[in-house]
Amino acid sequence: MANKKESTFINMVVALLIVTLVAATTLGFVYEFTKAPIALAKLNKKLNAIKLVVPEFTNNPDSIKYEIPVEGGLPVMAYPAYNNEELVGTAIETYTMKGFSGLIKLMVGLAPDGTIHSVSVLEHKETPGLGTHMSDEWYINQYKGKNPGTDNLKVKKDMGEIDAITAATISSRAFSDAVQKAYDAYVNYNIEPESAVVDSTLNTQKEGGENESAN
Amino acid sequence: MSQLTNFTKGLLKENPVFVLLLGLCPTLGVTTTAFNGLGMGLATTFVLVMSNMVVSLVKSGIPDKVRIPAFIVIIASFVTVVELTMQAYLPSLFESLGLFIPLIVVNCVVLGRAEAFASKNNVGSSIIDGLGMGIGFSLALTLLGAIREFLGTGEVFGLQIFDSSYGMIVFILNPGAFIVLGYLILVVNRLNKA
Amino acid sequence: MTYFVIIITAVFVNNIVLMQFLGICPFLGVSKKISTAAGMTGAVAFVMVIATIVTYLIQKSVLDVFEIGFLQTITFILIIASLVQLVEIILKKVSPALFQALGVFLPLITTNCAILGVAIMTIQKDYNLLEGVVFAIASAVGFGLALILFAGLREHLDLMNVPKGMKGVPIAFVVAGILAMAFLGFSGLV
Repeated sequence: MANKKESTFINMVVALLIVTLVAATTLGFVYEFTKAPIALAKLNKKLNAIKLVVPEFTNNPDSIKYEIPVEGGLPVMAYPAYNNEELVGTAIETYTMKGFSGLIKLMVGLAPDGTIHSVSVLEHKETPGLGTHMSDEWYINQYKGKNPGTDNLKVKKDMGEIDAITAATISSRAFSDAVQKAYDAYVNYNIEPESAVVDSTLNTQKEGGENESAN
Repeated sequence: MSQLTNFTKGLLKENPVFVLLLGLCPTLGVTTTAFNGLGMGLATTFVLVMSNMVVSLVKSGIPDKVRIPAFIVIIASFVTVVELTMQAYLPSLFESLGLFIPLIVVNCVVLGRAEAFASKNNVGSSIIDGLGMGIGFSLALTLLGAIREFLGTGEVFGLQIFDSSYGMIVFILNPGAFIVLGYLILVVNRLNKA
Repeated sequence: MTYFVIIITAVFVNNIVLMQFLGICPFLGVSKKISTAAGMTGAVAFVMVIATIVTYLIQKSVLDVFEIGFLQTITFILIIASLVQLVEIILKKVSPALFQALGVFLPLITTNCAILGVAIMTIQKDYNLLEGVVFAIASAVGFGLALILFAGLREHLDLMNVPKGMKGVPIAFVVAGILAMAFLGFSGLV
């Protein structure tokens, strides 16, 4: 420890400056280098989730996505899937805050008439071994082919048609809530497609304003 | 101290988790499965080795009073490298480790080794020290993760050993982390005394 | 209502120590006596709130503007480290009494992952500044609640006849596990 350097104000400032500069530059390079793979990984994850929930498509749904405002919450994102100019389904990236540990994000695939094609789980923090079973096939299969407009998607405890996951009723309820939210958003949006498409930004603002005055 | 004991001390005698009780937040937080524990352990090992190496390389150029801030910057840089790389090439692991990746930076094991060892020793021993400590840390996390995964779901590394319906969920949940770690420390204490 | 939900969630449901495993080191280190636990809680609360405000402002006015979000970790830890130093210096000058009470705990706080964790979570959860402050205060209260409860249990533990091998850290962990089990009862509340 003979080589302990004396601390003067100038050499302290210089040393720290050099260390931070080198660190920041190196990180800048690493960031540039990993930027493309990170974006690709995120896009792939999204496209894979979309592929799981809608019939085969030929376009890139990510390039024509649109936002649907949700009353009293964040908007949901919709990814229309076309197979040679024909709309085969729309994947809705939906969410709920009612999970056992809060946020659950799902990708719900709806046929043009609103029937559920399939659902996949994007993100959740539910209890391993309990709520995590929401990704299981038997559970998701219950939702397939149902139309939230005519079928009751609530769990059986709440007089609905869905068998809840054992010991994870809250997660199951939240799952249904998110699916219902996707359907409601999709149907509301498609009732007045013209005005909604043209004035989607205007609409959002107007609704936001109303909400505020209502509160 | 020979390089061999320098390396092996981190495994059991001075195991950062079981004996030094450092870096407990990620230890408890990510070990719901053996795989997550191993991933976290390896990420921390990388940061440990690299920051130990760089700290021992630059130690003579850094004035004593700004030593700690400089070390923190070096460590934080390597943490960010891990963060970006994992996000790019192992996105699913990145998601399950979540907040605990940036938190490697405040893992006392890393700063502790930089300050207590790398700032006083040459590059070679510092790397070996970092490697030994990192592997000791990974071992501890993997072991804890494997035990919790086994008791909770009947799996180890995703391999089904007994039916998951017999699993005791409490071991996957938070209380299980504390309890299993408590008993593991007991066992390691015994082994070290013997 | 949002604030109420944030508070209940941060104090009970997602208690920062027992449910999120942040700040375990001080949780074990300074929980042998209720009085030191209270002192640590005060110091953490103080730094946590200031750190959340400063990191939030830096994130919104610098990192987001220049699109250098990847420097978040390095920036935040530097802010927290210098903030702790600053608080130490100011406290020494302005309020020696408070410094006496919190002083010994301050240096330990830089490497308390609860502080950095709360600062990052505030950004991740997309809170606004006021929500972030409420979240930071509630997290600190949750930290204090866990720490002081645990300290109380450990004080009693000293008087118990604990098997020899379990004395000290192992039994403390098992007790923490049982405490966490109690907090599990709050799950699903919000």
